[in-house]
Amino acid sequence: MARRLMALVGMAAAALLAAAVAAGPAMACAGLVTPGGNVRLVRTGTLAAYHGGLEHYITSFRFEGGGAEFGSIVPLPGIPTNIERGGDWTLQRLDREVNPPQAAALDRADGPQPAAAQAEVIEEKRIDALDITILKGGGASVGDWARQHGFKLTPDAPEVLDFYAERSPIFMAATFDAQAAEDRGQQQGDGTPIHLTIPVSNPWVPLRILGLGDSSDTKIDADVYLLTDRAPALLPQPGTPLGFGLIPLRSEQASDQLLSDLRTDKGMGWMPQSMWFTAFRVGEEAGRLRYDLAVDASGRGQPSMVWAGLRRPTKPAPPTTRPTTHPTTPATPTPTVAPTTVTAPAEIALGLPPDQVIAPKRADAESAPVDLGVALMGAGVLAGAAVATVLVARRRLLSR
Amino acid sequence: MKVVAVFAAVAALGAGAGCTARSDAASGVVNIEIHHSRFVPAAVSVGSRQTVRFVVRNTDPIDHEFIVGDQATQDRHEHGADDHHDGSVPGEISVPAGTTVTTTYYVDRRRQLLYGCHLPGHWAYGMRGVIRVSS
Repeated sequence: MARRLMALVGMAAAALLAAAVAAGPAMACAGLVTPGGNVRLVRTGTLAAYHGGLEHYITSFRFEGGGAEFGSIVPLPGIPTNIERGGDWTLQRLDREVNPPQAAALDRADGPQPAAAQAEVIEEKRIDALDITILKGGGASVGDWARQHGFKLTPDAPEVLDFYAERSPIFMAATFDAQAAEDRGQQQGDGTPIHLTIPVSNPWVPLRILGLGDSSDTKIDADVYLLTDRAPALLPQPGTPLGFGLIPLRSEQASDQLLSDLRTDKGMGWMPQSMWFTAFRVGEEAGRLRYDLAVDASGRGQPSMVWAGLRRPTKPAPPTTRPTTHPTTPATPTPTVAPTTVTAPAEIALGLPPDQVIAPKRADAESAPVDLGVALMGAGVLAGAAVATVLVARRRLLSR
Repeated sequence: MKVVAVFAAVAALGAGAGCTARSDAASGVVNIEIHHSRFVPAAVSVGSRQTVRFVVRNTDPIDHEFIVGDQATQDRHEHGADDHHDGSVPGEISVPAGTTVTTTYYVDRRRQLLYGCHLPGHWAYGMRGVIRVSS
């Protein structure tokens, strides 16, 4: 089990993802558990700051529980050009901004785990006791990689990984080495902030991943911070019917004090003099958190339905299903008798639960996968109509 | 009437073509795919007093299992500790990630059977299906 936390600042625009740090209660599950199952890497907080075409994605991993190693996987919108240890107080400072005076800030740490499989390994980097691996691949190949590196994937993982791989084939796997942490004197609850710099046209914050591995009624609790050059357009918009589970906390010009504090943290010198500060809390049940946060920081006010997870991308998805092999198959007698038929195929869901979908019908039509049977039935109906029309026309001609 | 008949025939042709690929109805073979931790299809119908051969293809990057039996069987596996099934027991087999396995099961009489996966959390996630047995 893992939870996340957060705290800090940055500049530019982007999306911030999961947990919180210091004072905030924000924590959410990051995802993948190791075989022991009793240790979890918790992503405690996330800042997505966007400026000059770069998303500064800062999140903190905190480890909880015993066990040797464990990890987490985070989908990314692109390949990072830089991976470094984040500053020590950015997430905490952001949390303090949102949850003012009261001291009592608990801290959160994290812990990840292993690495390497079919997916292409773009980059590997060790930060404190975390092994960070940037992967490129489809949902299945990234899942294979994770399984081969000791991650215990929960049953919802295949669908969630495919969900993200359709939008971006880039993932970050973070694995935690407990022995290394111990050698470094890290304690349970200590967090390691990770700062990724990702060139993107707009920031993005994966939210659905926060519920990975949780039962559908588990309440996700995570804080997300955004810093952008101007007020961003968000989808879903926190506090609206579609973003009902996203509780708005701040949407305002960042104070000079906040920006100044953040700018002095490690790796945060890129922040401009003025930024817009957005903060919200994810307070949604895992079963309903089937979307991400799309951000349009350009001022055009058109966040992407695709990046919000509300519409499937039109481009072909990367391969997520590989050929299966045929291992040992028990040779049991197979006398055949009566007819066997199959009925009612299961439905694979993508996107929001039906009661939350408010996308226009046109969007549905553009994104809905068409079942082969339905397509053939439609073709049959059209062909039948065409034949009928011809016959009627012919009868009319002959009757003249 | 002629027009209606032609229309219906063409429409039925189109509809039928889309529904036949999932199993070989005449041979007692049931093809089941596991995708996103769900069985597809989630329900099959078979005749009684026959041995059914289940061909199970796992397209997921995670391991699963395929257990056939009544509710009591499913309950036993859900609360049991067996996490590997080598196929020696009819209707009970592990399905490693990315593999296709087969198992057979003799359906004796008319009743409702289930198939499911009992790896931790999988049954609760919805990895189950129904086998309707007709006489």
